Amino acid sequence: MKALVWQAPNKVSVEKVPDPRILNSRDAIVKITSTAICGSDLHLLDGYVPTMQNGDIMGHEFMGEVVEVGPGVDTSKVKVGDRVIVPFPISCGSCTQCLRGLTSTCENSNPNAGIAEKMFGHPCGGIYGYSHLTGGYAGGQAEYARVVLADVNAFKVPDSLSDEQVLFLTDIFPTGFMGADMCDIQPSDVVAVWGAGPVGQFAADSARVLGAHEVIVIDKEPYRLQLAADAGHTTIDFDTNDVRSKLLELTGGRGPDKCIDAVGMEATHGSVPIDIYDKAKQHLRSETERPHALRQAITSCRSGGIVSVVGVYGGLLDKFPAGAWMNRALTLRTGQCHVHRYVPRLLEIIEQGKIDPTRIITHRLPLDDAPNGYAIFKAKQDNCEKVVLKP
Amino acid sequence: MPAPTAETATHGRNPELLARTLGWASLGLGIPQLLRPDAVDRAVGVGEGAKQRAVTTFVGMRELTHAAALLASSRPSKWVWTRVAGDAVDLATLGRALKNHDGKKLGRTIAATAAVAGITAIDFYTAVRGSRGKGATVQLTGSTTIRKDPKEVYEHWRSMDKLPEFMTHVDEVVVRDDRISHWKVSAPFGQTVEWDAEIGEDVPGEKLTWSSIGDADVKNAGTVIFTPAPGDQGTELHVFITYDVPGGKLAEALARFFGEDPHQQIDDDLRRFKQVMEVGEVMRSDGAPYGKKARKEFPQRPAHPMSDKESTEVAT
Repeated sequence: MKALVWQAPNKVSVEKVPDPRILNSRDAIVKITSTAICGSDLHLLDGYVPTMQNGDIMGHEFMGEVVEVGPGVDTSKVKVGDRVIVPFPISCGSCTQCLRGLTSTCENSNPNAGIAEKMFGHPCGGIYGYSHLTGGYAGGQAEYARVVLADVNAFKVPDSLSDEQVLFLTDIFPTGFMGADMCDIQPSDVVAVWGAGPVGQFAADSARVLGAHEVIVIDKEPYRLQLAADAGHTTIDFDTNDVRSKLLELTGGRGPDKCIDAVGMEATHGSVPIDIYDKAKQHLRSETERPHALRQAITSCRSGGIVSVVGVYGGLLDKFPAGAWMNRALTLRTGQCHVHRYVPRLLEIIEQGKIDPTRIITHRLPLDDAPNGYAIFKAKQDNCEKVVLKP
Repeated sequence: MPAPTAETATHGRNPELLARTLGWASLGLGIPQLLRPDAVDRAVGVGEGAKQRAVTTFVGMRELTHAAALLASSRPSKWVWTRVAGDAVDLATLGRALKNHDGKKLGRTIAATAAVAGITAIDFYTAVRGSRGKGATVQLTGSTTIRKDPKEVYEHWRSMDKLPEFMTHVDEVVVRDDRISHWKVSAPFGQTVEWDAEIGEDVPGEKLTWSSIGDADVKNAGTVIFTPAPGDQGTELHVFITYDVPGGKLAEALARFFGEDPHQQIDDDLRRFKQVMEVGEVMRSDGAPYGKKARKEFPQRPAHPMSDKESTEVAT
């Protein structure tokens, strides 16, 4: 089959690889009908996530039709012919973490837990197509993919909804939703979202659905800000505005009650010297992150508020504003998304038309054009917000 | 620990005696180096000069230190490691002398280097034999929490013959009777070791101990304690294993250098046990398809599906 493989930093290519096979008795094989490039794939492309190897298939947002199931699969849950979406984190469904709904921290799904433990103190769960640190699972930017423990990790979707309506249930929609969910939103809350990429857009939409008084989206790409404005959110361009003063102005001097970091490790800072400082440190590997969005979210948040982090971080960061965090009683909440627990609720929200996930799609490309998709998404060319690939 | 006496008997030579002999050799070498450094320099053909003289005098002093340690100690073999370290320095020094050699009496320097290399081999052999005779005991502890009740976790372990499913080095456990089992285990560097183990304490759902009996290749013992975890989280499993390392500390260090860290391996064994108990089998990915046969953490095979050939290799 054909698949998009990582070869070296900034080098990906569509190559011929063997077809996936059943490795565990509860596996299934899915023929992929739609898959997408995620912002977090850019961290892999750029080489900021350790333990990538030449030949790794990328992609953790995929859906398709089940074409084979292993002998151990509970066919009352999933069977050949089912149309399914596959959450990016792999859950075993039976450890304490999974049963508590914390499926991205599954204690069993990462065969490379030993590597992850050295990086993070305790291991994280398995993720498709996201380095060997998260298990070394082949990803879904391919014609076929192996779905692990399929009776827990493949969700049937109704035929009345199109691929493009449900595809983002695999990652970015629930990730944005969890960003808002962790904010414990009250009717009087002003919620600020850093980043108007796909996750930021969904975090903003979710904050609105969860009843926020007002949602403010911060970015510097005019087309991305326009997309947020079109969805009814207030926007701040950090290239032309001082974010803190603007937030004070928009909130009567209080600051946003809740802040969401939907940017992560490769943020750009409005101030050129600070941006260069963190880029230099990142290149020298003396910090792995450029945490501008997180720093600004912490210093901007109203005292006693919540800073919710769904942008991806991988290692160590520097100049963490611990004083602001501690003295102003801020709560920091974060996590890779526990997709499984949000899927049923978000399916309902899509069916009710409260959020339209297709509004962010700007590019539809064949799988063969995936390297080009990566290039324009990374460079933010051609007003690229979200690339959907059709194998 | 494992029959060190039988080992020594088969291999003959007493390492302590050999070590003492090396002590006399150090004395014999050190005295002329200190008293007549110029003559020694001429003999090895490195040329005469203040620099050469200073180096030779220093080496002489060091040899006398070795001699004192080896001749005065009640167990000289452990001091042979100081000679091995000294040999390494000498070989490096002679290597430099060869590289910068002016060509005069080059043959002598080559001969001296060959002699030191030979001595290094004897020192290394003695040091290893000395360490081995004593043996090194490795103590491993590991723990995990499994979402099953203590009785069920205990029973899976107590059956003994299911241990190879998740223990990376255990190839086979054959249950002989209610208390005795026979273990086949792969050791570093492609060796296989075997022993009989006998159950000691056996409190269902709480505690299990075993130890090797008779003429075991590797003497070892283990204890597992099963206790209820807080709330509804199942069972805390605490494992204590001790075993004698064939080849002593050095072999352990070498094995670790080649990616076999026993402390890492017991953690991985317990993770796989948890997977077997909670999921039903050991988890595999395209990058790490080996299940319990996984040895090296990284690099792995790439995270894309295996070819038929690779798949057959992994299965066997």
